[in-house]
Amino acid sequence: MLTVTNLTKRFGGFTALNEVSFEVNEGEILGLIGPNGSGKTTAFNCISGALRPSSGSITFQGREIAGLTPDAVCHLGIARTFQIPRPFRKLSIVENVAVAAHYGAAERTGEAEARRRAAKILDLVGLPADPEASPMLLGAGGLKKLELARALATGPRLLLADESLGGLDPAEMAGAAEMLKRVRRELEVTIVWVEHIMATLMRIVDRVVVLDHGEKIAEGAPREVAEDPRVVEAYLGEKIVLA
Amino acid sequence: MIDPIFLAEAAVNGVLLGGVLALLALGLNLIFGVIDIVWIAYVDLVMLCMYLVYFLVQVYGWPVWAGGLAAVALGAALGIAVHLLIISPILGSAPINQLLATGGLLFFLQSFATFLWTTDHRSVRLSLPSYDLGGIFLPLTRVIPFAISILALVALYLFLTRTFVGTAIRAVSQDREAMGLMGANPHRIYLVTSAVGGLMAGLAGALLIFLYSVHPFFGGQLGPLTFMICVLGGLGNMVGAFVASFIMSEIISIAGVLWSTEMGYVIAFVVFIVMIFVRPGGILARRG
Repeated sequence: MLTVTNLTKRFGGFTALNEVSFEVNEGEILGLIGPNGSGKTTAFNCISGALRPSSGSITFQGREIAGLTPDAVCHLGIARTFQIPRPFRKLSIVENVAVAAHYGAAERTGEAEARRRAAKILDLVGLPADPEASPMLLGAGGLKKLELARALATGPRLLLADESLGGLDPAEMAGAAEMLKRVRRELEVTIVWVEHIMATLMRIVDRVVVLDHGEKIAEGAPREVAEDPRVVEAYLGEKIVLA
Repeated sequence: MIDPIFLAEAAVNGVLLGGVLALLALGLNLIFGVIDIVWIAYVDLVMLCMYLVYFLVQVYGWPVWAGGLAAVALGAALGIAVHLLIISPILGSAPINQLLATGGLLFFLQSFATFLWTTDHRSVRLSLPSYDLGGIFLPLTRVIPFAISILALVALYLFLTRTFVGTAIRAVSQDREAMGLMGANPHRIYLVTSAVGGLMAGLAGALLIFLYSVHPFFGGQLGPLTFMICVLGGLGNMVGAFVASFIMSEIISIAGVLWSTEMGYVIAFVVFIVMIFVRPGGILARRG
């Protein structure tokens, strides 16, 4: 569904991504992991159009998307969440999601339809549909849900989820991981999931791609990857615990 | 001791002036809040719209309402033109360049207006009745612009809060990048914002020509006051700018009766300077 080929991104003399290639298959949840600064978020930024790749190709459903603007990428069916939730704080929760549903749809569906879809998504992630409720009242878990709801409201085929678990307590983490599975099932969305917290991710994902210093060092099923010596080394010997 | 009825009348006049000032300030503040650029030449665009009404109504004999509508259309067109020709090419550059560019536009417009129309003061005077409200003198030439301003501000409020375009404008003002990822093209939102801001400049011009005479340096007359109101209310803060408009207009109006019009401006600027120290983020900003 998404094919990344020899993706390179340089910032001045610093190479954040070096000739990275991987494939995302329709319907899977792919984990994209790696230590801090390994290039995970840069990869997301290149795919979502926030950054223009220095070289390489990104095709989505057979179409080259490298270098497109974020709104064009969104209309093709790719949505992303941010590591640190960035809600529009002065808009209500419902407005946050409705505006994404209205502008994110590949074709404008009219205001009533956008509001209806927003309500459906809010229900799916478990946020109140109270039209006045402000995102300022949400805790860390609620903000992550809003971040996810806003991305899903644009009607994506592919969701790029950036650290959906960061800052959550263990109970919220389990809930958020289950949420991603439910999203895939109910909305038929393919997911690429970037995460630091490995144990939860490894339980959920179908496959893993590991980045280190901007290069791909491993790819495969979670269990194989966790035992790969290069991966263990990249994580400075930190043992990746599989439940 | 001054007769209290004069003070009451000054207070009423302050309210009437405040409505039109709010229209000016909110147009400028909307653009700043969303695009993060201060249009230094904002009131000079208003000046052009005032000239248009003057020529259409006074010289070519158009009805007042038609001249006013033409000014609103010109304002929106100027807003779009300023964004496309001046702002858009330098959006990514340092803020000082954007200030210099719109500042350059100010000198261009002033000089060009002087060249075309000389420095003569021109005005459109309407003979409308005045009402006497318990001793307070209420001229319709001031009441009608106030009423139209308030209606326009209510319309702006409804546009920003009740429509998807308005919601997107508020969203872009908070996080341009995130709104792009939600599928909205920020540049298109900027263009709409500039058109709306320009439209408000046009409407302000259509109203101000009945209160003040227009000349090429009209921008210097109301420009500083408009910026002051925006800063006092908090740059980008629409409610703050609305409140600040009335604070400033009341100071000018009441001090104008107690001392003189010039003293009114002096006191307004002193209050502004003091407030900048006390509440640098604007009157409605949270402390801290």
